[in-house]
Amino acid sequence: MAVLIDKKTKILIQGFTGKMGSFHAEEMIKYGSNVVGGVTPGKGGIKHLNLPVFNTVKEAVNKTGATASILFVPPAFAADSAMEAADAGIKTCVAIVDGIPSHDMIKIKRYMRRYSRTDKMTLIGPNCAGVISPGKAMLGIMPGHIYKEGTIGIIGRSGTLGYEAAQQLKNLNIGVSTSVGIGGDPINGSSFKDILEKFEQDKETDAVLMIGEIGGPQEVAAGKFAKENMKKPVIAYIAGLTAPKGRVMGHAGAIVSAYGESAVEKVELLKECGVTISKNPSVMGETVKSALNAKKS
Amino acid sequence: MDIHEYQAKKILLGFGVSIPRGGIVYSPENAENKARELGGNKWVVKAQVHSGARGKAGGIIICSTPLEVAQATDKLLGKKLVTNQTGPEGKIINRVYIEEATDIKKELYLGLVFDRSSESIMVVASTEGGMSVEEISKKKPETIIRSKIEVAVGMQQFQAREIAFGLGIDSKLIPRMADTIIGCYRAFSELDATMVEVNPMVISNQDQILALDCKMSFDNNALFRRNQVSELRDKTQENNSEVYASDRGLNYVSLDGNIGNIINGAGLAMASMDMIKLAGGEPANFLDVGGGATPEKIVKAFKLISMDEKVKVILVNIFAGINRCDWVAEGIVQALEKIEIKVPLIIRLAGTNVEKGNQILKDSKIQYIEAETLEDAANKAVKALGK
Repeated sequence: MAVLIDKKTKILIQGFTGKMGSFHAEEMIKYGSNVVGGVTPGKGGIKHLNLPVFNTVKEAVNKTGATASILFVPPAFAADSAMEAADAGIKTCVAIVDGIPSHDMIKIKRYMRRYSRTDKMTLIGPNCAGVISPGKAMLGIMPGHIYKEGTIGIIGRSGTLGYEAAQQLKNLNIGVSTSVGIGGDPINGSSFKDILEKFEQDKETDAVLMIGEIGGPQEVAAGKFAKENMKKPVIAYIAGLTAPKGRVMGHAGAIVSAYGESAVEKVELLKECGVTISKNPSVMGETVKSALNAKKS
Repeated sequence: MDIHEYQAKKILLGFGVSIPRGGIVYSPENAENKARELGGNKWVVKAQVHSGARGKAGGIIICSTPLEVAQATDKLLGKKLVTNQTGPEGKIINRVYIEEATDIKKELYLGLVFDRSSESIMVVASTEGGMSVEEISKKKPETIIRSKIEVAVGMQQFQAREIAFGLGIDSKLIPRMADTIIGCYRAFSELDATMVEVNPMVISNQDQILALDCKMSFDNNALFRRNQVSELRDKTQENNSEVYASDRGLNYVSLDGNIGNIINGAGLAMASMDMIKLAGGEPANFLDVGGGATPEKIVKAFKLISMDEKVKVILVNIFAGINRCDWVAEGIVQALEKIEIKVPLIIRLAGTNVEKGNQILKDSKIQYIEAETLEDAANKAVKALGK
């Protein structure tokens, strides 16, 4: 069933009536996502894009049975909205927004610890392009048509570099089970490892392409997880070979501040974990293809 | 965002951390008066620039008379201080801090940062103050004390006490040291800091605990709710082009190479820079115009890159999604009607409506080299350098 979302997943738009929320809700509906309504506090009761608007997420979940949501709220209010979704019983929440303070992200994650593992919401993002299960559903802002339906899982920090990868795969006639953008911030809702775990369990995924970058310990932690717990091949590209130390490269989380956080070091550590490395960003697709061939033979 | 030493000290003072008496000055006369006002017979004149390692670079001068204080200030003001952290261009000294000298009995290290793996605030302390934390981890790793603080409940007295005892200081100083550590923690957590470093934290001959030097950095994403912090920004300490870019919503980092680039998305920008390097070139900058690559942003990006004299080739790489390639191409054409580009231009478009986009570029008057893939673009950029 791919991971996180499929054709049936009922989706809410938080920040529904705003410009961004409206635009991307329409794109998602066009793609075939099962959008069932939205939330804009104070506008409950009206219809927007022919769908009901609610004042609270709880009310929306009660009336529609939604299990997924996507946030289009300004950064200052994003933490509040994410916690509201978690409390209302949403299972998958995507935060597109760029600019959430790190202290707020830590707050959200601590707040979510009150729920048991089975009741806990999976937060994707922030500062990401979202999730797409090609041919099934899109919970994000990506151009859906560049993804071909298939069996490769993609996890990436960057939006456009993820698109680049999807297109390279499509050009080689390789499709994607689900693509998950975990976002470029220092603290993410879900880590590479969290999503690898889901792909390993997913029957429709054969291999996983991980698109990382400089900064933070996540890529290497995921590599260790793959070495110890995964049977499916993992292919990785790490961006930022030329990035100077101590500078933030666009993404708030893309900064080298400790050993093991530069691109060269991450590549070495991932190789030790048995992860196949795409040596440059132009051959991500080809590297996946040869890893698949090696698996078959 | 970084701030100056004297600004960080003032903030910490507000959280109950003691600092030596001192004041900021803008002229030698000012400095002499400040020295007399502070009294005593020894002063430290400190250049205020956003960099560590100022002492080794000659930015910190110890003086024994108010006249020497004035002379030292005169020597520093208006000069560029080059430290091992500023790069060869250095940073301008516009403000000088005059401080009473402290008789030091012991130097300690205290730092607070975000720990990304545990998603908590990490306090790092050591008995080896004065060295950088990297040096301490190399030379005296056994002296390092680490403590992870759960942000939801904040730092507890016992955690601060454990660190204080770990530093092996006189037991009568423990309560004061614990308060100092908690003060630094509160400053970090209540002001959305990303780094607080007091190095050295000293114990004076009079048994005072003083923050002798300190640095603070803040989360740019949280500045909207920290007015008192954002007011402390000093643009003279930042790279001119980077200030120009950040004021216009562009993510830009100036680098040493000669291939300028304009890319949408931070990850794709880093990847394109990597390709340039692998093709044998060196990027002149990192520039992310944002995933959407709107025409306004593209105009601003071309303006910014054309200001950079070291740029000999420009590489544009846009992966258009919902913003289609034809729309992006129109943006590029509009931008180049306004801005004259004198160096070879390589354009690679990909994604939605790529054929339409390339056709618009071909039909325009723009002189450029079309590229198909990331690799192709990087190779053509490097080749264009040779011409």
